[in-house]
Amino acid sequence: MTDIRNHTLNFGPQHPAAHGVLRLVLEMDGEVVESADPHVGLLHRGTEKLVETRTWAQSVPYMDRLDYVSMLCNEHAYCLAVEKLLGIEVPARARYIRTMMDEVTRILNHLLWIGCHGLDVGAMTMTLYTFREREDLMDAYEAVSGARMHAAYYRPGGVSRDLPDRMPQYRESPWKDKKAVQAFNANRQGSLLDFLEDFTERFPKYHAEYHTLLTDNRIWKQRLVNIGVVSPDRAKQLGFTGAMLRGSGVEWDLRKKQPYAAYDKVDFDIPVGVTGDCYDRYLVRMEEMLQSNRIIRQCIDWLRVHPGPVMSDNHKVTPPPRMEMKSNMESLIHHFKLFSEGIHVPEGEAYAAIEHPKGEFGIYAISDGANKPYRLKIRAPGFAHLAAMDEMARGHMLADVVTIIGSQDIVFGEIDR
Amino acid sequence: MSAKLSKLRQRLEERLAGRIQILALALNELSLEIAATDYESVMRDLIDAPELGFEQLIDLCGVDYSIYQDEGREQRFAVVAHLLSLAHNWRLRVRTFAEDDDFPRLPSVTSLWTSANWYEREAFDLFGIVFEGHEDLRRILTDYGFVGHPLRKDFPLEGHVEMRYDEKERRVIYQPVTITPRENAPRIRREANYGAKHD
Repeated sequence: MTDIRNHTLNFGPQHPAAHGVLRLVLEMDGEVVESADPHVGLLHRGTEKLVETRTWAQSVPYMDRLDYVSMLCNEHAYCLAVEKLLGIEVPARARYIRTMMDEVTRILNHLLWIGCHGLDVGAMTMTLYTFREREDLMDAYEAVSGARMHAAYYRPGGVSRDLPDRMPQYRESPWKDKKAVQAFNANRQGSLLDFLEDFTERFPKYHAEYHTLLTDNRIWKQRLVNIGVVSPDRAKQLGFTGAMLRGSGVEWDLRKKQPYAAYDKVDFDIPVGVTGDCYDRYLVRMEEMLQSNRIIRQCIDWLRVHPGPVMSDNHKVTPPPRMEMKSNMESLIHHFKLFSEGIHVPEGEAYAAIEHPKGEFGIYAISDGANKPYRLKIRAPGFAHLAAMDEMARGHMLADVVTIIGSQDIVFGEIDR
Repeated sequence: MSAKLSKLRQRLEERLAGRIQILALALNELSLEIAATDYESVMRDLIDAPELGFEQLIDLCGVDYSIYQDEGREQRFAVVAHLLSLAHNWRLRVRTFAEDDDFPRLPSVTSLWTSANWYEREAFDLFGIVFEGHEDLRRILTDYGFVGHPLRKDFPLEGHVEMRYDEKERRVIYQPVTITPRENAPRIRREANYGAKHD
C-alpha cells in the first residue's frame, strides 16, 4: 500500500480567482477540502483608526474605498449614521437621488460580480459583456460627481450637488472620427436622467443575453448547482445578509423591512432562492438587477417632475451656497467653521444599516460631542460571509472553492477595512 | 417603530429582570448595558427566548473608552454587540464592560452564534480583549507577528514599526517609524448647544 497523507495547499494571496488578496490555507484529502482557513487582513488600511483622526465630513471618501465596487452604498450608510446622530432631515429630492444612485451602484456591483464569477468558473465571455454596461453606469457616476469610481457624492445632509443637465461628450481624436463620435454621443444629448432612462430601456435586453449565456449553460450548472448549500437556519447563525441570506430562502431585505431613503415609496419585489446553493444565489442576484432597473425607472419619473433642494438648509452641517457667502457674514462664518473645524455631532451613538449589494452594510458611530468620531465600526457584510468559508467549502472539491468564493461576492476593501 | 420598541423593552424587562444595568432608548434604538458576570446568561436568553428571538448576531466590536469625555466610566474596554431579530424585525445593542483594564476578558458567544467567531477575533486583535472559550483566538486583520492592539486609544496612528526591503540584507526588515503624524484639524469639543441651529 502506498502511504497517502493529507496535504496543505496555500491558495493565494496572488491568485486570480482569490478576488484580490485572499490567502486560503486548505487542508486537502486528495482533491477534497477537509478544512479551509482564510487569512484576511492583507488589505488592512486601518480605516476605523483613520476616521477617528478626521472630521466627520472628511471621512466620506474613506467610505468609497471600503467596498470599491459599490462606492455610493458605503457612503450612504455613513451619511445615514451621521444624520441620525445630528437629527437632521434630508430633502426628498436628495433621498430619491440616493435611492436611484444606490440602485445604479447595485447593478454596477452585480455586473462586476457576474463577470468575475463567470471568469472564475470558466465563462470567459461574461466580463466582455458586463463591462460594456458598466461603462455606461460609470459615466453616470462621472456625470454626477466627476469621478468614475470614488465619487464622494453623498454628504451628511444630502448630496453634494444636483443632477447635471448635460452629459459629458466624446470628442474627435486620431482614433475616433466624426462619425464614430456621433454614434458614441447619440444617447448623451440630454440630461443625466435621459441617459439613465435610455440605459434602463436597453438593460433588460442585455440582461436576457446574460441569461442566454449562463442560466441553462451545461458547464455553468455543473459548476454551480448543489455547491455550497447553506440551510436557512445556518445562514442566520452564520450572520448572512443580503443575497446570501435570500439565496437560502429567507425573505429579508432591509429596503422593505426597515426602509430608508425613498425605498418605501418605490415598488419592487424581493427574489428568494430555494435550495441555498451557488446557483440559487446566482439567480437571486440576476433578478435583483432587473428589480434595480425598475426602481431606477421610478426614481427617474419622480425626479423629472420634482425639482428642489438636494442639501439640508441647516448650515451648521452643510455648507452655505457660494452666492450667499459673498454677501452674508453669517454664511461666511459657517463656511469657514465647516471647512476648518468641521461638523459638531452631538454626543451619542447610532447604528445605521443599509441593504448594500452584498448584504447588510452598517456603520456604528460613537460620538463624544467632538468634531471627529470617537469610534466608528464598519459592519461589512463580506466579513461574515467569508467567515463561513470553512463550513461552506468542507467536503467539496478544490475547484468548487473557487465557485464558492465567487458566489460570496467577496471584495477585500470592506473585509479588511 | 417606537411602539414596537416599547414592546421589546417591556419583554426585555420581564425576561432579564435584575440583570439590566441600563436599558435606554435613544435615536430610535434600544441599548442594553449588562455586567460582565451576566454576559453569558443574558446573551443566551436573547437568542433562546422566542419572544425576543435574536437569531442573528449582526456585529460585535470592541470600544476603548479610556479618553471618553464622560466622567462616570470606571472600566476601559467594552464589547458592543448588535443583534437582529428577523422574525420580529427589531434590533438591540448590548454593551458589556470588561472588568479588568489590564487583562480585559469576557466569555465567548461563539457557541450561541457562529458568526461571533471572526468578530471576537477582530476585537481581540484590535483591542486585546480576550474571549474565554473561543477555540481559535488568533489575530485576524493585522500582520503576522504584529505587536500591540492598534485600535486602543494609546496606540499611535502611525504605529511603532514600518516595513521596507533592505538592499544590503536582501530581505524585508522592520524598523522604527520614520514618519511624523500631522494633524490638520485638531479635535475640539464645544458646549452642548454649539452645533444646534438658532434662529
